[in-house]
Amino acid sequence: MTQLASPLNRTVRHRRWQNPKAGLLFLLPSTIILIVFVAYPIVQSAWMSLHNWSYLQSTQPFIGFQNYIALASDPRFWNALGNTAIFSAVTVPLQVVVGMLLAIKFSRSSWFASFFRSIYFFPVISAFATMAIVWKFLLSPDIGPFAAWEHALGIPTVNILQSTSLALPAVIVVGLWKNVGFTMVILIAALQEVPESLNEAAALDGAGSWGRFRNVTLPAIRQPLLFATILAVIASLQVFDQVYVMTGGGPLFHTETLVTYMYQLGFQQYRSGYAAAVAWVLFILIMLVSVVQLRIFRYRDVD
Amino acid sequence: MSTSSLPVYLRHQRTPLRLTLTIIGWVVISLIALFVVFPFVWMILTSFKTEKDVFALPAQLWPAHWSFLSYSEIWKELPFARLFLNSVIFAGGVTVISVVFDSFAAYALARLDFPGKNIAFYLVIATLMVPYQITLIPLFQELFNLQWLDSYQGLIVPRATSAFGIFLLRQFFVSIPRDLDSAARIDGASEFRIYAQIMMPLAKPAIATLAVFQFMNNWNDFLWPLVVTSSTDMRTIPAGLTLFGGQYVVDYAVLMAGATISLLPLGLAFFFAQRYFVQGIATTGIK
Repeated sequence: MTQLASPLNRTVRHRRWQNPKAGLLFLLPSTIILIVFVAYPIVQSAWMSLHNWSYLQSTQPFIGFQNYIALASDPRFWNALGNTAIFSAVTVPLQVVVGMLLAIKFSRSSWFASFFRSIYFFPVISAFATMAIVWKFLLSPDIGPFAAWEHALGIPTVNILQSTSLALPAVIVVGLWKNVGFTMVILIAALQEVPESLNEAAALDGAGSWGRFRNVTLPAIRQPLLFATILAVIASLQVFDQVYVMTGGGPLFHTETLVTYMYQLGFQQYRSGYAAAVAWVLFILIMLVSVVQLRIFRYRDVD
Repeated sequence: MSTSSLPVYLRHQRTPLRLTLTIIGWVVISLIALFVVFPFVWMILTSFKTEKDVFALPAQLWPAHWSFLSYSEIWKELPFARLFLNSVIFAGGVTVISVVFDSFAAYALARLDFPGKNIAFYLVIATLMVPYQITLIPLFQELFNLQWLDSYQGLIVPRATSAFGIFLLRQFFVSIPRDLDSAARIDGASEFRIYAQIMMPLAKPAIATLAVFQFMNNWNDFLWPLVVTSSTDMRTIPAGLTLFGGQYVVDYAVLMAGATISLLPLGLAFFFAQRYFVQGIATTGIK
């Protein structure tokens, strides 16, 4: 704040706003859109989940928490929740650790570091649904190149995306292929903010490379690392594109996730109330995970 | 390699073990890099294959006969021109409108003093972390009530502002010295003039970052256009290609040509202006 601004702002503040009309006008378009298309739908989603809501019916009867009670005994919901949990539990640690390793390797500027950085980042800018078509093709048991290599090596060819044991791992690997670069880029930006002098001082004190990473680098990038992790968790809980395109949730629901199940309920079976209940479970899950992660990191901070 | 240019902490003795580890590290990185680019290489090479090559057993990476047929067939087998136009209108429309609205809101939150400012700021923060998947079911109902399903306004308007964009630009505006706009205000300049002639020109890098980020996300988005549109004429490229690819008999070379064309705009932009792509994502971690 400049010296000039404070007397102008502070003393007048409680009697008169400085630019009431301009402020409200500038804010109007965004506020309307955020309220109508973000805030209201969240509330509406909760409201719908308390009804037997369907676009196909003329009335939407109120049924209290029955959708949630039904969810609790819906094996397809538990299956979708389980698959989503497995997907997250495997994806997030790998994405953060590999992203971190790559970030450390590529954070210094040299032509080959930036060359590899671009390669690892490139999937991030591609359309996932479109690239999932390509992946489906790559994994095709007859005309795909992976099958050709398996054939050449004498390994029996498997239809990976139709296999109950391999479809989910395939979806996970493709997810990592797409998103590792995202985490890497956040962490590279964070690493570049760490002052070189900190590392140098630690090195002069005789710290090894692991010690420097553990005691200098890691604490310095705690905040961005937390955000990268939260973003990875949130994204993984919403996995949809590659599942929809590559397996459609199959074989036999083995890759069905919360969002693909919600999509099916809401837009193919038109059970909107029930689908809204699934959406709310997902919402609560995301909030819980974010809060827990923020807690853990804060706790360590006090340590 | 001269070690004197390296920072102190990297000036280790080059023991054979260390050297071996370094080499293994780069070999692993190169192998994974091959894995990362492979789908793109396969996609592009396949788009130049003849049908015979596509179905050759075992699969060949390199086309036996180069053919450009897919690139002319794509416009006939699919309403691809229409899909492309829809993607341009959707992603372009969202980008332009949201950059304008976001910068309006960001300017108000960073510089102006008015009732309800704090509430507005909390609204932005609260919606920042909300994934749109959660609002999808009621949004569909809302668009149905407005009779906006399967229309450009239905695709664009709900996305015409983003909490992320407002937040990003606000952070940037706050960092601009106040003397600049205070002086103009004392000279009697209107708030709109200060916004348009002082703040926006200074914010060009942040605007470019946001625009690239928005364009990329919407050009690539799948679920939103899939839900909002239903007729073939309103589909965007990812949704259109996916539905085409789901048909029983598929011309893979044509499909790969479509995928290659759809990657082209962002691929080229990435080649020339990589830093804007990177900045948009890097800021999500720093906020």
